[in-house]
Amino acid sequence: MTEASSSAPLNSAGVATDDLCELLLRLGDSSLILAQRLGEWIGHAPAVEEDLALSNTALDLVGQARAFLTYAGELEGRGRDEDALAFLRDTREYRNLLLAEQPNGDFSVTLVRQCLFDLFQRELFAALSQSADQRLAQVARKALTETTYHVQYSSGWVVRLGDGTDESHRRAQQALDDLWRFTGEMFTPDAVDARLTEGGVLPSLPSLRLGWLAALDAVLRDAMLTRPTDGFFHTGGKQGHHGEGLGRLLAEMQFLQRAYPGASW
Amino acid sequence: MVSGGLMESEQIEARAWTALRQVPDPELPLLTVVDLGIIRHVRATGTGGVSVGVAPTYLGCPATSVIEQSVGEALRAEGFPEVTVQTVLDPPWTTDFVTEDGRRTLQAMGIVPPDRPASRGLQAVACPQCGSPNTSVVSAFGSTPCKALHRCDSCLEPFERFKCL
Repeated sequence: MTEASSSAPLNSAGVATDDLCELLLRLGDSSLILAQRLGEWIGHAPAVEEDLALSNTALDLVGQARAFLTYAGELEGRGRDEDALAFLRDTREYRNLLLAEQPNGDFSVTLVRQCLFDLFQRELFAALSQSADQRLAQVARKALTETTYHVQYSSGWVVRLGDGTDESHRRAQQALDDLWRFTGEMFTPDAVDARLTEGGVLPSLPSLRLGWLAALDAVLRDAMLTRPTDGFFHTGGKQGHHGEGLGRLLAEMQFLQRAYPGASW
Repeated sequence: MVSGGLMESEQIEARAWTALRQVPDPELPLLTVVDLGIIRHVRATGTGGVSVGVAPTYLGCPATSVIEQSVGEALRAEGFPEVTVQTVLDPPWTTDFVTEDGRRTLQAMGIVPPDRPASRGLQAVACPQCGSPNTSVVSAFGSTPCKALHRCDSCLEPFERFKCL
C-alpha cells in the first residue's frame, strides 16, 4: 500500500476515492472534449446526413460525460456538479486524452480520429463492464451499446475514404499517419491507473491494445490503408498537459458560463 | 395481514402501470413510455406512494429529464401522495425492450421497428409504405437519437427506422 492510498478514504471497491475520481474525470473529459470537437462540424459537414451523424455521436458522448462527471463530482464532495466540472475548469485541470482534443482537420481526419477513439472505447467499456466499482460498470455497460453503433459509422467511413478515390485514400492515410502518435497514450498507464487496475476497477490498459489493434487492422485492411509503425507517442493529457488547441476549444465551450456566471434557462 | 398488504401493493402497482400507459414519449408521442420498455419497475413504497425506475434510451437523450418529469406528474395526478423516479442504468436499455404494442404502433406510424433481437447492424429493410425490399440507408443517424434514415428505391419515399441498439 502506498502512503497516498492508505491515508485517503477508500470507496466500496477498496480503491482510493481520489483515484476513482481522477479516472472518472479522465473518462468524462475525453468524451466531452471529443463531443465538442464533433459539434464544430454542425452546419459545416459535407452533407446533412453526416452533420446529423456527427452531432448524434457528439450527443451520445455528452451523455457519457454527464454520467462520468456527475459521479466524479459526488465523489469529490466539493459541491461541484457536472456543469461546474465542464464549464468552470481550466485547461490544466482537464484530463482528456490528447487524441480527443486534436483539431478536426478535414473530414478524413475527423473520421480517422473517431474510428481510433471508438475502437478504444469499445475495448475499454467492454472491460469496464466488469469493474469492481458497480456504478462505473453500469455506465460502461450502457455506453458500450452506443459505442458499438459508433464503431459501425466511423469504421465504415474509414473504409470508404481509404478504398475510395486516390485523393480520399491519400488524405485518410495522411490522417492516420498524423494521428498515430496520439494513440499510445490510451494504453499507457500512470500510477493512478496502476492502483485502479490493482483494485480491479480499471482493466490493465496495455492489455487492451491487442484487441484494439486486431479490430483496427481489420478496418485498415478493408480500407487499403497501412498501419503506421510505432514511434514516439505523446502523453500527458491525462495529467493535464495539453496542446494549445484545447484552450481555444474551452474558450468557446465555456464562454457563456464565464461571461455570465450561473446563467441558466 | 401479510396477504392483505401484498394485495394492496399489487393494486397500487397496477394502478400506477395503468397511469403510465397514458404517458407519451415526448419525441414519438404515439408511443407510451411503457411501449418503449423504459419503465423498468414500479414498486409500492408502503406508505401509499410508488417508486418508479426509468431507463434512459441513450445516456445523452435530451428527452430523459422530460420523461422523468412527466412520469412523476402523471402519477401525482393519479393521486399518489409520494412518487420517486429513479434512473436505472442496469440492465442497459436496448431496443429489445420495445414491446409488441410499441412495434405495431411504430409500424403504423411509418417507422420501421427495431429487429428482435437487435441485430446491431443496418441490414436492408422493407419499405413501410409500399413493402418493397428495394431500400437503402441514407444515414445511420436521424432526427432523434433513436432513429436512422432510409429511402425506398421503388416508391422513392424516405422513411425512418428505429436504430437497433
